[in-house]
Amino acid sequence: MKSLGSIRRSFSPWTDPSSKPFISFRNVTKRFGDFVAVDDLSLDIYTREFHALLGASGCGKSTLLRMLAGFEQPTSGEIILDGQNLAGIPPYRRPVNMMFQSYALFPHMTVEANIAFGLKQDGMPKPAIAERVTQMLKLVKMEQFAKRKPHQLSGGQRQRVALARSLAKQPKVLLLDEPLGALDKKLREETQFELMDLQQDLGLTFVVVTHDQEEAMTMADRIAVMAHGKVVQVATPAEIYEAPNSRFVADFIGDVNIFDGTVSRAQASEIRIEADAGFAIEAASSAHPGEGAKAGFAIRPEKIRVGRQMPTGNAVNAAEGELWDIAYLGDMTVYHVKLNSGKVVKASSLNAVRAVEDPLGYDQKVWISFDRDAGVVLKD
Amino acid sequence: MNRLLPAIVNRLVIIIPYAWLLVFFLIPFVIVLRISLSEAAVAMPPYLPVFAWADGLSGFIDNVRQFSFDNYVWLTEDALYTNAYISSLTIALISTALTLLIAYPIAYGMARAPATLRPTLLMLVILPFWTSFLIRVYAWIAILKPEGLLNQLLLSTGIISQPLIILNTNTAIYIGIVYSYLPFMVLPLYSALEKMDHSLTEAAQDLGCTPISAFWRITFPLSLPGVVAGCLLVFIPAVGEFVIPDLLGGSETLMIGKTLWNEFNANRDWPVSSAVAAILLMILVVPIMFFQNAQSRLDREGR
Repeated sequence: MKSLGSIRRSFSPWTDPSSKPFISFRNVTKRFGDFVAVDDLSLDIYTREFHALLGASGCGKSTLLRMLAGFEQPTSGEIILDGQNLAGIPPYRRPVNMMFQSYALFPHMTVEANIAFGLKQDGMPKPAIAERVTQMLKLVKMEQFAKRKPHQLSGGQRQRVALARSLAKQPKVLLLDEPLGALDKKLREETQFELMDLQQDLGLTFVVVTHDQEEAMTMADRIAVMAHGKVVQVATPAEIYEAPNSRFVADFIGDVNIFDGTVSRAQASEIRIEADAGFAIEAASSAHPGEGAKAGFAIRPEKIRVGRQMPTGNAVNAAEGELWDIAYLGDMTVYHVKLNSGKVVKASSLNAVRAVEDPLGYDQKVWISFDRDAGVVLKD
Repeated sequence: MNRLLPAIVNRLVIIIPYAWLLVFFLIPFVIVLRISLSEAAVAMPPYLPVFAWADGLSGFIDNVRQFSFDNYVWLTEDALYTNAYISSLTIALISTALTLLIAYPIAYGMARAPATLRPTLLMLVILPFWTSFLIRVYAWIAILKPEGLLNQLLLSTGIISQPLIILNTNTAIYIGIVYSYLPFMVLPLYSALEKMDHSLTEAAQDLGCTPISAFWRITFPLSLPGVVAGCLLVFIPAVGEFVIPDLLGGSETLMIGKTLWNEFNANRDWPVSSAVAAILLMILVVPIMFFQNAQSRLDREGR
């Protein structure tokens, strides 16, 4: 499997065995009564990394963040931050700050006082506080709102104040709990890029909890996909998308077609699967189950071609079906193709040309096909 | 017609509370005020002048001319009344402070209790109201008297060798007022604390506050509306309290409610007791105005 690296910038300390993680969760378990929120989890996060904890609600991602902030204590295992074991250190002595999902702005204080709150608590001299507050207000472009109270601000403005407040103390790590969850879609997209720029400019380590995969894909250097208190896969957004390590991750992130079948030939770098959907798949794969084993082949809709003619060559990685549904989305078109075996396959293609002369229509016989390295073999 | 009816109903809804206040507060108060300007007399009713329809308008004006502020002047001249007012306010103030000190932790604990437990706790706070107030105060006599339950307990455990004299002292009055008015303090505090977002105190701790300083900088300021409401609900009735000082307090305890009762029943001096009541009302209106002011300020701030 070739490494797909980060798209955003060349930053990949996790591939360097000599680099030391900044935050380490080591076999951390957290139980609430009978409920296991975090289950024997180990995870490393590196300095200056933008790390996303992604998962459905109840997967333990928020509990993990709250343990890092100090609001919850692990039932067992340890959390190391910058070489220091955090066990027994209360939230107010940890070099991390958190941006709360509800923003948790103090309603009886002005924007200014909210941002100055942590600095005052540290006994910083007044002129220095004023200077830092001004700097923070400028950073989040809220200078003219300094004297307002939180209830006089819009959701987006509150989000900025919360961000400024959590950054004011210049923490080593900023924790963000669903930071954009309360914003509308357009504002959310804008803010995503702002957060990324901010993180890069300040050179901070960000740990963000989100259930929104698009948000995680956009912002994060690496994503930890979580389910049932465990980390299922930690990798860059591109790796998560292109090379999911399990059926769960493949299914959780983006759209996917999964063809189940039986391995009929397994070689060093190639595998042949007789798909239950009635055709043979030959795929490039280095890690694969043995002959006769059950396996799945996961492929993203945009990597499947739809055409009227049977692809030339042998009848591998191709199947006949009929067009079942067509969804024209403007930038692309999504096809649902019902194969002869009855399985419905999702395929999408970019509308790179403005007016297609002879577009595919409903109830037509079509062929789907894909390349050998377009998908991923899943063992299970 | 179709549009008129809702308009009339709307008016009616507004009229009901106003009519209630007019009939049961304003008119009686005007009568009290009018008696306070009269002169005591051995008659039925025991004051002069008395209005009668037969006197006509000129008689009415003559009667009004007889009104005087003598009773109010009398109240300022006799130290008894001033002392009674001051002592009432002091006792009410101390009891309110004690009630707040006891009620705040209770309300805080209730607000932080698991959500499933809260209705039960709330019920327990309200439960004493199901027994007569008078019976509950009488019960305190049985507890506090020299041979009462408390002293028996303390004597038998050897903590004290002489019975404590609590009954018929100011201490007993404080105990009585704090006990009786505790729910009035707990409920507004609870409602203020319960609706508070717990992540605010977490945010404060995240920003470097110890749990104690987070309480003083965040929780307490945000609960102030509840504190103010609770204090007024205890303070105002405590100033005019009559039953508790009468049953639990000593003969030397001077409270305005008791003074008023004496003037009215023992002395049969309606005009002076009316003046006492009128001044008491004035004294109480001040904190109410203060509360209204604070409330509207908080409303403007949008909390």
